[in-house]
Amino acid sequence: MSQPAATISGRSAWDGGVSPMGVSYGKLMMWFFLLSDAFTFSGLLVTYGLIRSSHPAYTGDHAKFVFSNEYWPVPEKVFEAVPFFHGVNLPLVFVGIMTFVLIMSSVTMVLAVEAGHRMDRKAVEKWMLWTILGGITFLSCQAWEWTHFIIGTEAGTTIREFVNGSWTTRVIHGAGLHENQYGPHDFADFFFFITGFHGFHVFSGVLLNFLIYYRTVTGMYDRRGSYEMVEKVGLYWHFVDLVWVFVFTFFYLV
Amino acid sequence: MEHHSNEPQVVVIPPDKEKIAHLWKVAGIMLVVTIFEFIVAFSMHSGVMKTSIFVGMTIIKAFYIVGEFMHLRHEVKALIWSIMVPIIFIVWMLIALVYEGTKMADINFLSF
Repeated sequence: MSQPAATISGRSAWDGGVSPMGVSYGKLMMWFFLLSDAFTFSGLLVTYGLIRSSHPAYTGDHAKFVFSNEYWPVPEKVFEAVPFFHGVNLPLVFVGIMTFVLIMSSVTMVLAVEAGHRMDRKAVEKWMLWTILGGITFLSCQAWEWTHFIIGTEAGTTIREFVNGSWTTRVIHGAGLHENQYGPHDFADFFFFITGFHGFHVFSGVLLNFLIYYRTVTGMYDRRGSYEMVEKVGLYWHFVDLVWVFVFTFFYLV
Repeated sequence: MEHHSNEPQVVVIPPDKEKIAHLWKVAGIMLVVTIFEFIVAFSMHSGVMKTSIFVGMTIIKAFYIVGEFMHLRHEVKALIWSIMVPIIFIVWMLIALVYEGTKMADINFLSF
């Protein structure tokens, strides 16, 4: 809620009882926690930018792209599978669905916060349930995405390597932290770390959302006379959505 | 039914249609931006222009999430600046390290 910074006339602002930020202590601390979390995610994404720009980019014909550990892969060539459409080339469609699911769960969260302002318990319950459902859907999609990424394609990628003084070839399927079929080993490492760290945030968010839902159902916030906890956890949930917007752009699109 | 006397009397305020319509409008904008990103992803060749469009669209989406959903746009100025000013460090770090990366590529992959 927007409140002007209020000072009592005749008293110094340093005497206390003043709220210069116009929000409660809990909400302010959530904002500063999210700022520090933004730095953590930026650390990961900026390092991704550093490592990616220090590798050669694929410069050949887009249609003739093949995986190689000699250049950074084109993301839409890596993420082109959709469940139940085996072998069909659908670049970025599945991750687009995931993005849509997370944005929608952010919308239902903001509707829950709005209902909380009106002390409307039934509406908060309804929108919190939709938000939890969205979070679980996103996590399930990510589980599938990881499984596909780790197992890899049927053909795999043939790499040349220098072993015991001679050049040999070997076929790699899927990805691990040590090597992967898609490109330089850093590519898979960043995939696991960035989407994994974000996924862990979503997981924590779902747990917090469930806690809020449970406390709403048991009437805790009605007794307390305030649904501000919905707002605080809502801030966290929107932040998780915000991070995904950046991950989607810098990992999947660019 | 004596135990009911301990229950708080909660007055539910009816929903403000205009406010809810505004939230759905913001959701609509985000959806349109994402669809636009998809169209760009498949109709343009990669380059500075394409990357700039993606970064611009991302900033638009970030503005709506932080400004409207997280309500920051309607908070007091002191809070807005407390959150926004430190972001400068992230922007600086991004520019500095991506530039550094291109220089590393020049040294490590001379044969390319």
